[in-house]
Amino acid sequence: MINVDSIHHVRGESIYLDDIPLRSGTFHALTYDAPVAHAHIDSVDYTEALAMDGVKAILTYKDIPGENEIGGIFPDEPLLAEHEIHFWGMPIAIIIAETEYVCRKAKKAIKLKYTELPVIVDPREARRQDSLIFPPRTFKLGNVEKAFEACTYIYEGQVDSNGQEHLYIETQGAYAYPTENGSIRISSSTQGPTAVQKTIANVLGIAMHKVEVDVTRLGGGFGGKEDQATPWAVITALASYILKCPIKYALHRMDDMRMTGKRHPYSSDFKIGLDADLKIKAYQATFHQNAGASADLSPAVMERTLFHATNTYFIPDVEVTAYSCKTNLPPNTAFRGFGGPQGMFVIESAIRQAAKALGIKARKIQKANLLKNGDSFPYGQIIDRGEATNAWDTCLSKFDIEQLEENVATFNKENSRYKKGIGIMPICFGISFTNTPMNHARALVHIYLDGSVGISTGGVEMGQGLNTKMIQIAMSEFGIDPSKIKIETTNTTRVANTSPSAASATADLNGKALEIACRALKDRIFEVAADELQSSSTALSIKNNLVYVDGKATTLSWKSLITKANLARVCLTENGHYATPIIHFDKSKEKGHPFAYHVYGNSITTVTVDCLRGIYDFDSVHLVHDFGKSMNTAIDYGQIEGGLVQGIGWMTMEELLYNEKGRLLSNALSTYKIPDIYSVPKVIDIKALGTDGHPLAIRRSKAVGEPPLMYGIGAYFAIQNAILAFNPDSKLRFDAPYTPEKVLMDLYQNE
Amino acid sequence: MIQFILNQQLIKTNEPAGSTLLDFVRYKKHLVGTKIGCREGDCGACTLLMGDLRHGKMVYKTLTSCITPLGNAHGKHIVTIEGLNMEELSPFQQAMVDESGQQCGFCTVGFIVSFAGECLSSQETTYDKVISAIDGNICRCTGYKSIERAAAIVYEKLKNKDPIHSVDWCVKNGFVPAYFKEIAQQISGIEPITKHADGLVVGGGTDLLVQKHDAVYESDIHLFADKSHLQGIQERNGYILIGAATNTTELLNSPILKPYFPRLWDHLKLVSSTPIRNIATVAGNLINASPIGDLTAFFIALDTEITLNDKIGTSQTLKLKDLYKGYKTLAKRPDEYVVGLQFPIPDQHTYFNFEKVSKRRYLDIATVNSGIKIKVIDEVIQQIHISAGGVGPIPTYLTKTCEYLTGKPLNEQSIKESFPIMQSEVSPISDARGTESYKRLLLRQLFYAHFVELFPSTFKIESIL
Repeated sequence: MINVDSIHHVRGESIYLDDIPLRSGTFHALTYDAPVAHAHIDSVDYTEALAMDGVKAILTYKDIPGENEIGGIFPDEPLLAEHEIHFWGMPIAIIIAETEYVCRKAKKAIKLKYTELPVIVDPREARRQDSLIFPPRTFKLGNVEKAFEACTYIYEGQVDSNGQEHLYIETQGAYAYPTENGSIRISSSTQGPTAVQKTIANVLGIAMHKVEVDVTRLGGGFGGKEDQATPWAVITALASYILKCPIKYALHRMDDMRMTGKRHPYSSDFKIGLDADLKIKAYQATFHQNAGASADLSPAVMERTLFHATNTYFIPDVEVTAYSCKTNLPPNTAFRGFGGPQGMFVIESAIRQAAKALGIKARKIQKANLLKNGDSFPYGQIIDRGEATNAWDTCLSKFDIEQLEENVATFNKENSRYKKGIGIMPICFGISFTNTPMNHARALVHIYLDGSVGISTGGVEMGQGLNTKMIQIAMSEFGIDPSKIKIETTNTTRVANTSPSAASATADLNGKALEIACRALKDRIFEVAADELQSSSTALSIKNNLVYVDGKATTLSWKSLITKANLARVCLTENGHYATPIIHFDKSKEKGHPFAYHVYGNSITTVTVDCLRGIYDFDSVHLVHDFGKSMNTAIDYGQIEGGLVQGIGWMTMEELLYNEKGRLLSNALSTYKIPDIYSVPKVIDIKALGTDGHPLAIRRSKAVGEPPLMYGIGAYFAIQNAILAFNPDSKLRFDAPYTPEKVLMDLYQNE
Repeated sequence: MIQFILNQQLIKTNEPAGSTLLDFVRYKKHLVGTKIGCREGDCGACTLLMGDLRHGKMVYKTLTSCITPLGNAHGKHIVTIEGLNMEELSPFQQAMVDESGQQCGFCTVGFIVSFAGECLSSQETTYDKVISAIDGNICRCTGYKSIERAAAIVYEKLKNKDPIHSVDWCVKNGFVPAYFKEIAQQISGIEPITKHADGLVVGGGTDLLVQKHDAVYESDIHLFADKSHLQGIQERNGYILIGAATNTTELLNSPILKPYFPRLWDHLKLVSSTPIRNIATVAGNLINASPIGDLTAFFIALDTEITLNDKIGTSQTLKLKDLYKGYKTLAKRPDEYVVGLQFPIPDQHTYFNFEKVSKRRYLDIATVNSGIKIKVIDEVIQQIHISAGGVGPIPTYLTKTCEYLTGKPLNEQSIKESFPIMQSEVSPISDARGTESYKRLLLRQLFYAHFVELFPSTFKIESIL
């Protein structure tokens, strides 16, 4: 089924935050943010700005009626700076004016005096200074020290991966207006409506029921609007509440890039030990997560790094430790993969280091250590329905790795200027919020008198095709056609206390809740139909808008059945609630069963490097992915292609640059480059691993949002192998992204 | 008063000429199908069509409306997605739906308008051109493969297009609404602006509206892009003459340039994107004085001269390489403006090449770029001009390197001997585009790449090591 939103999309009729018609009397907001990364505020003079024509107000922390606090996990983040600035771009004041232009003029007239304090941008430096967001955590399996003693080969190294700007094409924004009784209604471009609601209530010092958050759709999120949509919504709500007028704020791209957090940069150390049969016997890693100036979602991101530290391999003795390092960058946040990719890049690098030293192909080590049913992850979950070996073998045989490697070897022999390289990247990704209490959702279903259906869930449509999947569930449960079903906006007054649309789990959680609601409704209306048709409920079904008895069509249509149900005073509204069973995790022991299931896959990336110019083109990515029983191949394949390319971007051209003062240098689309149509692999060939899926996946269709991003890691090692073909003496570098700069420097490293 | 046709409506507005076309359609006319992504021409979410009446026919092109001054819309047909929608989906809209060429939908309209631009273009369509039409559109969701599949369908559907009568063909085949046939008539009724303002001189606006957005908005800007006497490419007396307001797409498609620059498409594809090339003027790129301007490096290597006029008509001509005095400092008075440029036509012994490396191959600003023009007779370098961008505060002409190589045999030894001279002439700094040591290495590589590209039998990569 084609995405139900696509027709509105191609006609430009879908409504995003900035498209909402403005109410008369709307004012615009703009943040006055810190022009320095770490400082004491001596004074701020707003006099001149306030005197400008068109400026309505400038609000500071002093105007906050509730708490000046927006931290989601820990209360460590003020909405507006009080006496200290902790990162470049930290909001200090809110300018409210008649137009954005006047806001910008006023911003330039604000005079800030400050005393600079030492700036930390490097997470290792933060650790040296004991500047941590919270204490480090360690996941352990077996006894790693002892295991190293028995290893034949031991290798150590350092691995760095840079952050990543989300670059949702729609920037952050919100629009708030007051309603009666001191209440407020906010349209927000957020993945987490409840987080927005709760935070606004806290900052305004009012009850949550006075805050209504509504989301139609996002122009991309990727994690960047999970927690970090909140400040902008709070800013509009605060101004609207105080000034009693509608307030709109859609961020300028450069403001968005400067003020919001990104994927966490990591700097890590590894030690890997193997036996003579290439079995990884021991693995130790220390991760330094660059959290930025406050916690945001860093504790959860860091946790997932530990969960995925061994990727898809079984290692009997493991000890991985992560430090969440507090620096003076904007607070880093969720981004597709959520710490998992950073952890996987380290173990994959360790394997390459070992392979190079041993003079063998990395895939020999990868293959020798794949997870099997009954193996334990370092966090105690036992592999069940594992597909690691199946995914690996299917991928390598389907795409004939021997032939691919031979082709590359021949090419490299015949060409001196261009060299090809292959990178193989298997994945294993756990599905569920690692914080067990978040794994629940609700769906509210109304059947209207004419038989049309309105559905509200806690999920937010942001391009992942959630609306379509929800319609698919309802149409198959009810046996009616999709034109009868509408997916409503996501609204906190209809579905409350939700978890954000994140963790690849949105369709699973909300879809299961929707299934529950639909089934309850169906049970009730079937009783009416059973009466009407003189049959038993169990003999009934609905297909093509008609009621069937024992598989035979009757004359009772869906519409008239609904009319009869209403006359019989049957409730045509249902609220379904779903909470993922089985999962649990004990943080005091760092053991448990945190994931409903895992998603597996394997990919082969081939690149051609122009060794004269140091630039590269990706010939192909061949991959086998474990969709389970995909409920929508058009959407799911799109998620694979999009996730993969985003991962390749992270590993190749996307380079976040902060200077030593903590100022973002890659602060616009002209200096931060994401893949364009010419930089994606010429061929992306996706094959489904034919598995039965998992019962905890919605309709056995496994979650598909985040896992494919990690196939992009293969791009890094493909480039590395091409460089080695040109310059075999090049010292291995594990420092993503592999920009053209690093490629050229490595090609000519020996000079 | 600025007058133009927006979709089907005649617009007469007193909004500032330096406000953006994007803000006008979205916030003054509430046509919100057009999206704002970056406000610097780098994402294509705001792509619109601009139709111009030429010899009685409408000629359409795409542009990035976020960096188009409203004033440049005067006398034009501006088309937003709302002006393309028909009751049924057009074939290119349908192709994007069928191939799932959108996810969040935010960039989608930009792609759709770009496809429309290719459909309406008066050039023959190839698959590469359909892809090129969307080279300025960034999508963060799809990974582009589904969009490529949609583009392949669009290409199939355009195979039988009559490029000479593309508007009529598009109307007849349901690509655009029928009202497009009436536009030429309506446009002809709009009087051109004859009185020009006195403020900031603006061409396409593609640099100024990024860097000085509010200043352009506030200035009574003097618009140049539409001055027909400053447009066009001619061949005369052994020279190529290019008008100051000629846009980059015109260079790229020029039948006059093509015989002398067989790889013109490859070279100029490296410059920005289709919607920006469609509006960015040659003079704008030169006067912007960026040390990494692509056209600057291109034309310095061609030993180009530029002609400057002032208001009272005094004219002076100087070598382009002599225009740049220091970072963004020019050897011209503020009241002087470029009217055109000229360079000698390369003869049969003369070869040209252009190199550029950036983080992303296309739609990116160069880390280092370089142009070369070299005349070789009997394996001896008779004359050589080399430019280099991104290696100093100004676009650099490698004077000493050129002097050294003149008269030298064309072989690896000569070139390698000139490396230290070249390095002594440049002073790159570390910045967001690369470290100093990288830029030095890259310059050497690109310098050598010129010879590998032009004389592949003489120069091999192995010998650079």
